[in-house]
Amino acid sequence: MKEILSGNEAIARGAYEAGCLVASAYPGTPSTEILENVINYKEINASWAPNEKVALEVAIGASFGGARALSCMKHVGVNVAADPLFTASYTGVKGGLVLIAADDPEMHSSQNEQDSRNYAKFAKVPMLEPADSAECKEFTKLAFELSEQFDTPVMLRSCTRISHGKSVVELGERVTGLPTPKLVKDAPKLVMLPGNARVRHPLVEERTLKLSDYGSSAAINRMELHSSEIGVICAGVTYQYVREALPDASVLKLGMVWPLPHALIREFAAKVKQLFVVEELDPFIEDQVKAMGIACQGKELTTLCGELSPGRIQAAFAKAGIIKVAASEVIAAEPVPPRPPNMCPGCPHRGVFYQLNRANAYVTGDIGCYTLGFMPPLNAMDTCVCMGASISMGSGMVRALPPEEQKRVVAVIGDSTFLHTGINSLMEMAWNKAPATVIILDNRITAMTGRQENPASGFTLAGEETSEVNIPELCRVLGIKHVRVVDPYDLDATRLAIEEEMNRPEPSVIITNRPCCLIKGAGRFEKGKILEVDQGKCTGCKACLRIGCPAIEWKPNPDGNKGKAFIDPQLCTGCTVCQQLCKFNAIGGRK
Amino acid sequence: MDTTITNILLVGVGGQGILLASEILSEAFMLAGFDVKKSEIHGMSQRGGSVVSHVRFGKEVFSPVVPEGQGDILFGFELLETYRYLSLLKPGATVVANDYKIAPPSILLGQAVYPQALPEKIKAKFPDFLLVDGQGLALKAGDVRAANTVMLGAVSKRLQIADGVWQQALEKMVPKKALEINLKAFEFGRGL
Repeated sequence: MKEILSGNEAIARGAYEAGCLVASAYPGTPSTEILENVINYKEINASWAPNEKVALEVAIGASFGGARALSCMKHVGVNVAADPLFTASYTGVKGGLVLIAADDPEMHSSQNEQDSRNYAKFAKVPMLEPADSAECKEFTKLAFELSEQFDTPVMLRSCTRISHGKSVVELGERVTGLPTPKLVKDAPKLVMLPGNARVRHPLVEERTLKLSDYGSSAAINRMELHSSEIGVICAGVTYQYVREALPDASVLKLGMVWPLPHALIREFAAKVKQLFVVEELDPFIEDQVKAMGIACQGKELTTLCGELSPGRIQAAFAKAGIIKVAASEVIAAEPVPPRPPNMCPGCPHRGVFYQLNRANAYVTGDIGCYTLGFMPPLNAMDTCVCMGASISMGSGMVRALPPEEQKRVVAVIGDSTFLHTGINSLMEMAWNKAPATVIILDNRITAMTGRQENPASGFTLAGEETSEVNIPELCRVLGIKHVRVVDPYDLDATRLAIEEEMNRPEPSVIITNRPCCLIKGAGRFEKGKILEVDQGKCTGCKACLRIGCPAIEWKPNPDGNKGKAFIDPQLCTGCTVCQQLCKFNAIGGRK
Repeated sequence: MDTTITNILLVGVGGQGILLASEILSEAFMLAGFDVKKSEIHGMSQRGGSVVSHVRFGKEVFSPVVPEGQGDILFGFELLETYRYLSLLKPGATVVANDYKIAPPSILLGQAVYPQALPEKIKAKFPDFLLVDGQGLALKAGDVRAANTVMLGAVSKRLQIADGVWQQALEKMVPKKALEINLKAFEFGRGL
């Protein structure tokens, strides 16, 4: 049966067909939907982990127990999971172990565009790279087989255009007859004390050589011979771009990007007059081809930054005089007002950032919807580096500052990010007595990636009720003496809490307690009374516009007099934050 | 071999249901026997930001992304977004746009104004332009939320795909309880 699947849906399907039994992940764009689809296959035990390191360790444990196991994350998640990854490379596996890393060239939804292929080389594990959804499914299955055949974790690299692109996939059946998981003592392989690890490392190096040989004859690496003038080595979505941009070129399409198939590359290079490597981000393949002593061109033509596309590749080859492209008529783009992302109407974060701005706080921020607190008119975020860094960076910053500036430092972090890697940071801050203020924006969900459950939300990925981390108590046991919970829809209470804790020369935590306005059911978000602006009372002072709510629109007066504010009843959730800002009582419940 | 590929771009504002519309389109092309690819960006841009979905079909499709300046049909869910992405089209392309406005932040804050006379400006560049009262016709069909389906109906007339295939795609992709209204909305759009 044929279906149109996204790359992420196809990876989930591939894991199912491969007989995968355990899957663990932390949500992160563009990888999130893999696990959200795996959970639809009842044969697989799938769950969210608090972070990527834990997710990979869950999968490693399942593999050591004899099951085929999957872990998924976005590219920066692999940084968090790097510790177990590098040593799992030495131990190898029992059941097949596959790690999906989803890169985000162009940074559509990420803080950097690191190239995950470097991790495969660095950790010395093979990496497959599919070029469409059909390959996502097939390569995921193959990854499990290679993992067991070569006794290694296998990485599969996706990217935004593959994970969130859809194409046609032929569905298959789930494999049967895999060994039943059971406990097997195998300390020389699984206990990585120095004496054992020294034995394992040479096996890892031999494995890489064997995998390179495998790659030279494997069907996933293939030559498509057309003209002998131009030969292009490429992989993943870039293969699709190359086929479209350079239809006459011969192509060596790599399905395995580490280790490279040296024999096959030499064979291909000998068949073409001019050899090129076209790849997004780093010159990963190019550097290795050059190190083999084979002349080729790569980053001389294409950029190190951002995505490629058929047009960009064509333009680069035309500019270098390698191909000729007929000039086409172009419709000029005209400047129009931009439409950046914004916090939703009724978002509980909005009032907090409004008050942080007014309090002249210096906000060390973190990763989540609330990073949008950076946008005007809130303008209340001053740093954003990586998951969990808000607290530890605030803690470090106060140590460097003169006393009068110390109190301005406020770290802002969401519930899911706090549980991901913020707990260690808060422990450090309490332990070392750093007098910064921390605000945990607890909206009871991992909102930015599409509302996934987390350890404090009370539900599992499967929607079952479960234990719930008590965040205020957790802060107290970490050593924070001053922990207070505030309603972020109450602007005065929020302002008071922020001012008092900023002035306190000790570590303190404020926790906000309103759920994300997109989570319905289970007693979570409830709409309030929809508000409207009394046009007779509105003086056009624009105070309500300072929160940047998408439900409030400024309508200029055509007569040239002052305009007035309007509230869109379709968008308003009745959070009342704008109402509290109106000094003229012009905002009230809709009649 | 016929290497013709039809490139469709769906543009609008995050939250308008663009992804579902592009899924229904893709499903119809697959059912009609074509190779199909589609691509869009999820994540941050969904928070009320500008959204573009690419759908391509033909005998064999390589890139999931429509090459710059190669769009054949622009399917606009919001006027300003329709205007923003005209440069993705080839000259002579078709534009079908919903007559619907959502103000972006700078306009909400009174720092910019919504550009005037956008339909006329679009028509001047792309004579094959259809402005659809998506919301109005959807309301007539029974639910304002079916506006996207009205638009889909309007676009469908410009694609050489059998009636039955569209019905099949809608039946597969639209929840059962909303199907009747959506089939009606589709017919209203197709009748334009």
